[in-house]
Amino acid sequence: MKIALFATCIVDAMYPRVAQATVQILERLGHEVVFPAGQACCGQMHLNSGYFREALPVVENHVKTFEAGFDGGEYDVAVAPSGSCVASVKHQHAMVARWAVEKGERRADATLEARAAAVGDRTFELAQLLTDVLGVTDAAAQLGSYLPGTIAYHPSCHGMRLLRLGDRQLNLLRSVEGLDVVDLPEADQCCGFGGTFAVKNADVSSAMLADKVANICGTGAAACAGGDASCLMHIGGGLSREQRTTAGDAPVRTLHLAEVLASTREHPLTFDGGLALAGSPAGGAR
Amino acid sequence: MSSVSLGIPAVPPRGFGNISAVEPFPQAAHRELGNAQLRENLGHATHTIRDKRLRVVSELPDWQALRDAGSAIKTEAMSRLPELLTQFEEQFTARGGTVHWARDAAEANRIVEGLIRETGSDEVVKVKSMATQEIGLNEYLEERGIAAFETDLAELIVQLGHDKPSHILVPAIHKNRTEIRDIFLREMPDVDPALTDEPRRLAMAARAHLRRKFLSAKVAISGANFGIAEMGTLGVVESEGNGRMCLTLPETLITVMGIEKVLPRAQDLEVFMQLLPRSSTGERMNPYTSLWTGVTPGDGPQNVHVVLLDNGRTRALADRHGRSALHCIRCSACMNVCPVYERTGGHAYGSTYPGPIGAILSPLLTGVEAEENSSLPYASSLCGACFDACPVKINIPEILVHLRGEDVEAKHGRDAGPGGADRAGAKSSGRRRGLPTQMDVALGAASWALSSGDRLGLLEKGLPVARALAGRDGKISRLPGLGAGWTQSRDIPAPPSESFRSWWKKRQKDAPPADGDGSTRGPATGGATSDGATEGEAQ
Repeated sequence: MKIALFATCIVDAMYPRVAQATVQILERLGHEVVFPAGQACCGQMHLNSGYFREALPVVENHVKTFEAGFDGGEYDVAVAPSGSCVASVKHQHAMVARWAVEKGERRADATLEARAAAVGDRTFELAQLLTDVLGVTDAAAQLGSYLPGTIAYHPSCHGMRLLRLGDRQLNLLRSVEGLDVVDLPEADQCCGFGGTFAVKNADVSSAMLADKVANICGTGAAACAGGDASCLMHIGGGLSREQRTTAGDAPVRTLHLAEVLASTREHPLTFDGGLALAGSPAGGAR
Repeated sequence: MSSVSLGIPAVPPRGFGNISAVEPFPQAAHRELGNAQLRENLGHATHTIRDKRLRVVSELPDWQALRDAGSAIKTEAMSRLPELLTQFEEQFTARGGTVHWARDAAEANRIVEGLIRETGSDEVVKVKSMATQEIGLNEYLEERGIAAFETDLAELIVQLGHDKPSHILVPAIHKNRTEIRDIFLREMPDVDPALTDEPRRLAMAARAHLRRKFLSAKVAISGANFGIAEMGTLGVVESEGNGRMCLTLPETLITVMGIEKVLPRAQDLEVFMQLLPRSSTGERMNPYTSLWTGVTPGDGPQNVHVVLLDNGRTRALADRHGRSALHCIRCSACMNVCPVYERTGGHAYGSTYPGPIGAILSPLLTGVEAEENSSLPYASSLCGACFDACPVKINIPEILVHLRGEDVEAKHGRDAGPGGADRAGAKSSGRRRGLPTQMDVALGAASWALSSGDRLGLLEKGLPVARALAGRDGKISRLPGLGAGWTQSRDIPAPPSESFRSWWKKRQKDAPPADGDGSTRGPATGGATSDGATEGEAQ
């Protein structure tokens, strides 16, 4: 299958290794990955902040870029390593297109709504694509995924509630060889990121984050895994600020699902020359 | 929407009363977050109700179908509202009641005052009611020499404590039992001075205090959970029996009901009587459900009135993206599951309606351009827990986003173009309220950068510079301006030295196309690539 990678702006600019890992997983399964060069961002930050007019060109760019490849047969589906960005593509793009027409915006394009919906229908979150389309049920057997250590898993709101991913991400993590996924208390609670909410309501956001960080560290896991780089940046930022470390004095990390799945015996995920979850089995995080 | 005017105002009048924030939400939240006792009480209370609700909801196999039915009935009621209200009025009148129509809070208060004056009484007992909280009836009556006694235990606590409710169902959720005992000792004239903070003793003290009021009051005031159009029947759902006392003992009964509470048929109750108790108190069935239809000679109140209250509801109904907020049955499930409400409590929202539903309902009733409510739609991380919990499936996150759009629109005028262009035009139209904020500038610039792969790629060439600025520990811990909100509790990792886009370009140039087994090509992740420990590390 030919698969277009929508890296998402945050992964492209801040976490390239998450996109690299996504490429590696898909190629390992024998699929061809294409990176449509015109892509930039889903516009979620603008949309969720109410800046619909500013979101419109971002959405137009996304739709134009990806439909060209679909129409030209360059790829069959698109995938993004982010639940919230995919939710935005699937649910919000058509909405803002409709808004522009209703408001009589200069840039309004009556065809955009249907085109956005068509792109959304063929766009998948990574675990969704792996599970529902590519039939991956056992990461160790089918992807060679291997990562020794203990992690907690944060499901992320938009993947959970807008995409209804259910246990797809969790099941993939659980099937990684050597990996012990521990239960995260209050896992379904938001980490407090919420895009510009984190700065507009910084105090409430920080209070939510503090509870998430405490819950993660209470599990004793060496890292928190998830499927949304933006939530992970938020949680990771809190772990870093509080200088949370494992019993082995390694920092408690955040890892993206793609990074975990891409890790193999031959090329295990490492940090500072050591295994990514080196600090984990020894004891509780603090 | 067209703006043709035929002498009728294009926008229905806004609501007034206790439906406005008194200060911006972030400011109020900051203060409330500092109250450790409040945080503890709220955390405990919301988690308890949350778990109870989940238990009783999960035992119903048709819960989702019930939600669909609730949503469909409310949608029907709102689309037939004028007809249903007229039918309700006919039926209510035919059965001996009197219907009054109130455009807003002030009119409703005047009507109620007049009805009380006619009885010659200067005190009333009250059933817990959101509508009368919304219009500020107690304060209004008090200023005019009429004493209104709340008879719901939690409302009584709030009233005696000269406080404001902080939750629509559990108005004293912010008080613990020791605080309640202290209020009773201070404010109940005839209380036993040896009163302990044992819940049963507190309830008995309130019972003794209230019983005298029930037996002496000539006038009762209630709200209504439902108004059945086909029969002119009103309904109140409660737990303590105080409602039943108020609805049956006094000679005069005055009900204030929001116009959106009307239901077409008595049969619709089969849906709402399953949805409401399970969503609100986490009970399969509430202890007391009172339904009354007009006047029955020799039995119960003989002088029965209903005040049908608009107060911005018509305005909310006119907003087709926001109108489903009027489907709310005031169960409070959304606030019990809300991570923001759980931490700030209800007072931070200012309005009678706190939590997620309040963050949409209050601005819909007043109009989001009312400055005092313009911060409410932002009081959410859009996590979506409220939508999942809502028994009538109000898509609260979607309406929050819609209202944020309306707020941005109201602040900047229609002509503000992408990237802050055409600001001058907006100014000349006189609709712009202020200079561009930091957020406007940041998001305007981001719109430009993020609407083209080439432009984003160009900016990403600057990543090494940003990386160098991050400092030796590989993290950014202090940012100016808006960014300071982030760095007050969070670091940002040093950016990578190269974007994915740039890496991919090089890879395409260097490596021949994949031959089907790409696993050995391009050391994408794993120990092989990272140039430095902090490369793109979510740390």
